[in-house]
Amino acid sequence: MEGTMFARGLKRKCWDGDEDVEGAPAAPSYSLQRQSLLDMSLVKLQLCHTLVEPNLCRSVLIANTVRQIQEEMTQDGAWQLPAPPVAGRGPLDHLVSTEILCRAAWEQQGQRPAPDLPSELPGALGAPAPGSAQSCIWEADSSRGHRGSFPKSLDQIFETLESRAPSPVEGLFADAGGPYYDLDAVLTGMVGGKSGPGGGDGLQALAPAGAPPPSASCKRDLGELDHVVEILVET
Amino acid sequence: MEEDIDTRKINNSFLRDHSYATEADIISTVEFNHTGELLATGDKGGRVVIFQREQESKNQVHRRGEYNVYSTFQSHEPEFDYLKSLEIEEKINKIRWLPQQNAAYFLLSTNDKTVKLWKVSERDKRPEGYNLKDEEGRLRDPATITTLRVPVLRPMDLMVEATPRRVFANAHTYHINSISVNSDYETYMSADDLRINLWNFEITNQSFNIVDIKPANMEELTEVITAAEFHPHHCNTFVYSSSKGTIRLCDMRASALCDRHTKFFEEPEDPSNRSFFSEIISSISDVKFSHSGRYIMTRDYLTVKVWDLNMESRPIETYQVHDYLRSKLCSLYENDCIFDKFECVWNGSDSVIMTGSYNNFFRMFDRNTKRDVTLEASRENSKPRAILKPRKVCVGGKRRKDEISVDSLDFSKKILHTAWHPSENIIAVAATNNLYIFQDKVN
Repeated sequence: MEGTMFARGLKRKCWDGDEDVEGAPAAPSYSLQRQSLLDMSLVKLQLCHTLVEPNLCRSVLIANTVRQIQEEMTQDGAWQLPAPPVAGRGPLDHLVSTEILCRAAWEQQGQRPAPDLPSELPGALGAPAPGSAQSCIWEADSSRGHRGSFPKSLDQIFETLESRAPSPVEGLFADAGGPYYDLDAVLTGMVGGKSGPGGGDGLQALAPAGAPPPSASCKRDLGELDHVVEILVET
Repeated sequence: MEEDIDTRKINNSFLRDHSYATEADIISTVEFNHTGELLATGDKGGRVVIFQREQESKNQVHRRGEYNVYSTFQSHEPEFDYLKSLEIEEKINKIRWLPQQNAAYFLLSTNDKTVKLWKVSERDKRPEGYNLKDEEGRLRDPATITTLRVPVLRPMDLMVEATPRRVFANAHTYHINSISVNSDYETYMSADDLRINLWNFEITNQSFNIVDIKPANMEELTEVITAAEFHPHHCNTFVYSSSKGTIRLCDMRASALCDRHTKFFEEPEDPSNRSFFSEIISSISDVKFSHSGRYIMTRDYLTVKVWDLNMESRPIETYQVHDYLRSKLCSLYENDCIFDKFECVWNGSDSVIMTGSYNNFFRMFDRNTKRDVTLEASRENSKPRAILKPRKVCVGGKRRKDEISVDSLDFSKKILHTAWHPSENIIAVAATNNLYIFQDKVN
C-alpha cells in the first residue's frame, strides 16, 4: 500500500470498457480546471530551480499531484497534447478558477461519473503499475505521432533533483572527513552544478561520490578549487 | 448560534507580558529548555537568542517571572556549495536543549546541513593578580618581578558566552528538518528528507544511518520524511512522519538499519473527501511525543491528531484547526500556503495541545473538556497585561461584530512555531519576526 502511488490517486472507475474519445465529462469546466491545475503544477515544479536547493517535500507533493491528474486524464481519455512550451507565460494564461476542484468527489457526481469505491479499485481499471501507466501515455502519444513533452518533463525534473542532490557513498559509518572528487564528474562539468536534461543515466552514474566539503564560513577554501583545476590541466 | 467559549478551563486567562520585536529577522524555531528557565529562538539569519526567566521577587510582584534576553549569538553562517552551485541557508531549522548536567547550558541548533552543539555559560568572576601579566594583560618585565602571589578571583559583571563545542557536518545530502536528543543523553538523531542519522555527542566525524528511504531510482520517489523524534523515555524507540500522512515507529534494537518499522500508523482515507489535494493536506508537518510517552501528536494541514501508541489503525482524537480552509485549497495551493509546515505542542500535563494558524491566530484544544479556543498574537489587539480575547472566524452567513471572515484572513501572518513551558502555563508564540510570551494571570 505504501509503495503504490496510484492506490490513492484512483478516483473513479470507467463505466465502459472503451474510453470516450472526446473524453470530455458532462461539465467541460471541470476538465478545463483540471488542465489548469496541471499547468499550474508544472509551472511550480519548474520554478524550483532557484539559487537555494528546492524544497524536496514540496516538489514530491506537486509531482504526485501531477501524476494523479495525469492518471485521471488518462482514464477519462481526455489526455491531450500539452501546449507547446512557450517561454514561461503560456500555462499561466490558461489559469482559471479551480475552485471546483476543491470540492469533494461526491459533490461532482452530477458532472462526472461516480467516484470509485475503494473495494472496486483492484479490478476497476486494470492499470495497476505506475510504469505501465507511463508507457500507456507514451504509447498514446506516439500513436498520434508525437511524444508529449509532459511525461518527459516530469522525469527531467527528477533527474535534475537527483543530479542536484547526489548521494554520497554511505555505509553505516558515514565518513565525513574531506571531499572526494570524482574525476569524471569534474570533467563533465558537474563542478559548475549546472545539470541540464538529457544526461539521463550518465549523469546519475557520474554523481560525485563525496559530500560537499565542510566550510565553517562563507569563504571557501580556494585550495580545493585549485586542486580541481590542476586535474583538468594535467589531463 | 452564538457559542460562548469559556476559556477558563483551559488557561484561566492569559496575560501578555512582552512583545519582543526582533525586527531583524523571521523566527524559525522556538524551544523552552527542560526546566523552562530558558527560552531559545532561532531565526532566518542564523542567529540564536536565548531568554531567561527572571527570578521572582517579593518586591516586584507584577514582574513575576518575565523573560529577558540572556544571550545572543550567531549560530550558522550562509554557505555556498560550489559543487552544486547552491546556497546553503543559515536559517535555524530547529533548536533542541540538552538536559542540564552542570552549570553550563547546552543546546543543539541546526540549519539545512549542519548541526552544532553550543555551550552557553556564565562568567561572573575573573582572576586578578597574575604574576607575569599586568592588569591589562601586557607581559611584565621579568626583572621587575620580585614577589610571587596567588591570583584571586574577583567578581565582575555577568558575562554570558556561547561557544560552539561540536560541529556535526557533512552527513546530510538533503535538508535537515528535525533533530531530537535521545533520553540516554549520549546520542541524538538528525533527519532530512530521505535519511535519519544517529550521532554520539562526542563524535563529529561519523554518524550511523538508521533510516534510509531513498529509492534506487529517484524518479520513483513519492514520499519523504517530514519529522522525527525520539521517545521521551525509551532510548531505543523513535518515530518519523512522512509526506503521505503516515507515522512509523522504529526500534533500534531490531536492526541497525531501521527500514522496517515496528509500528505503522495511518488513518484510512475518507473516500468522500477525496480531491487532488488530499495527499498534500495529509502530509504531516510535525510529530511530537506526549510527555508521558504514551501518545503521539501529528499536525497536517487542516488538523491535529492524537494517536495512542498501542493503536495503529487510526488516531484517538482529531481536532480541526481551520477547516474553513478546505474549500480554499486551490488558492492555497496556488500561493503555496498549502505547503506551510505548522508545528504543534503539548502542555506539561499533556491535557492541552496547541498549534498555529493564519492571521496570527493560534489554537488550543483541551483534550479533557473538548473545548477549544482561538487566540491572536498581535500588538494591535492586545495591550500588556491585558487578557487575550478569544477570536472567531466566520464561515458563512452573517458575520458578527468581532468575527473575521475567511476572506479577510491574512495568509502572510502565519504562526508556525510555538512552545509551551514544561510545567507552567507559559507559552511562546512566534509571529513572523515577533515573539510573544503569554502567561497565566497572577491572582
